[in-house]
Amino acid sequence: MATYPQGVDMAAAIAAGFILDRREAVPMLIGRHEDFLFVTGLAGTARDIAALTHDGAHIYTMAGAMGGAAMIGLGLALARPDKRVLVATGDGELLMNVGALATIAVLNPPNLAIVCVDNGHYGETGYQKSHTSLGVDLEKIAAGCGITRTRTVSKESDLASGARLLREGNGTAFVVLRVKPDDPPPYKRNLDPAACRIRFRAALLAAG
Amino acid sequence: MAEMNRGAARWQDELYDLLRRNKITQFAYVPDAGHRILIDRSLADPGAQSVALTTEEEGVALLAGADLGGARGVLLMQSSGTGNCVNMLSLMKGGHFPLLTLVSMRGDFGEGNPWQYPMGQAVEPVLRAMGVICLRIERPEEVIPTVEGALTMVFQGGNAVAVLLTQRLLGAKAF
Repeated sequence: MATYPQGVDMAAAIAAGFILDRREAVPMLIGRHEDFLFVTGLAGTARDIAALTHDGAHIYTMAGAMGGAAMIGLGLALARPDKRVLVATGDGELLMNVGALATIAVLNPPNLAIVCVDNGHYGETGYQKSHTSLGVDLEKIAAGCGITRTRTVSKESDLASGARLLREGNGTAFVVLRVKPDDPPPYKRNLDPAACRIRFRAALLAAG
Repeated sequence: MAEMNRGAARWQDELYDLLRRNKITQFAYVPDAGHRILIDRSLADPGAQSVALTTEEEGVALLAGADLGGARGVLLMQSSGTGNCVNMLSLMKGGHFPLLTLVSMRGDFGEGNPWQYPMGQAVEPVLRAMGVICLRIERPEEVIPTVEGALTMVFQGGNAVAVLLTQRLLGAKAF
């Protein structure tokens, strides 16, 4: 029998549509990671992307300042219209500053994509349920803000269309990747925010 | 009042030109009367990106992203908005991100609205606690030299700096 994080009612989560395994679904959705500059949220998505890229110089992962990932992505996307920027963040992190979706929708930068890895829980603090387990639909919020290119990916057959949306350049894309509440890859990334800033800028700005 | 507005228009236009000469391209703000001219100029400027925020902390994160991409920005906000930024300033302090913010003050000299005092009086201690250097401006002739100094402190010195546009400078809003 599979073991799950303590406190998770996995049968209820699966019945509610939180089915995909993030360790498989995140890499499948993103594809060639070298095509993007990444900004991630805390904990789960930081580990997802650090594991995918081996903590590459094209990622900026957070471990605090919760609620900032989408807006860091916007600032980066506006600064570098020649690059595709992918924000990968969790449901809890996005909910903390969900107004950022309104700000982003108004500007609608074509080189920005947001993936919300939605497990319906606050995984880092003991898997308490988040609002998305209790009826809140982040795709509808994004669409209501005016982001027109949105998808919810909750089964394997949805992954290809979600992946295409992230790579189209007709406007900001927003994808909810619904996954089961299970642990992210146990990758140990660099947690020094200043060192990671220098690393990111050195790689991007030296490359022109 | 009309006389004061004409004076404010003059230094705000000079201030916008100063910011643009210093390669500021991202203008982030929650609308405020004290920043009206800067906001309008950024909206009309094809070389600038004018970013209306729903809350000021979005602007802090935005400017960190701008810096990651090699661009410069400024956050325009009212004193009450500084309170909305506090935890996000962890990003600037911990990451050594440059931050330039212009804060139009309420809840100080001549304020008639009691709701503005708690945050207005807390702006400097709160920002200092989060590692932000505060520079106060009380007279129109101080605006340009102070912001010139702030630009150097931020983009060469690598600091977070708040320029406080006080109610002695802006005039207290009548109630």
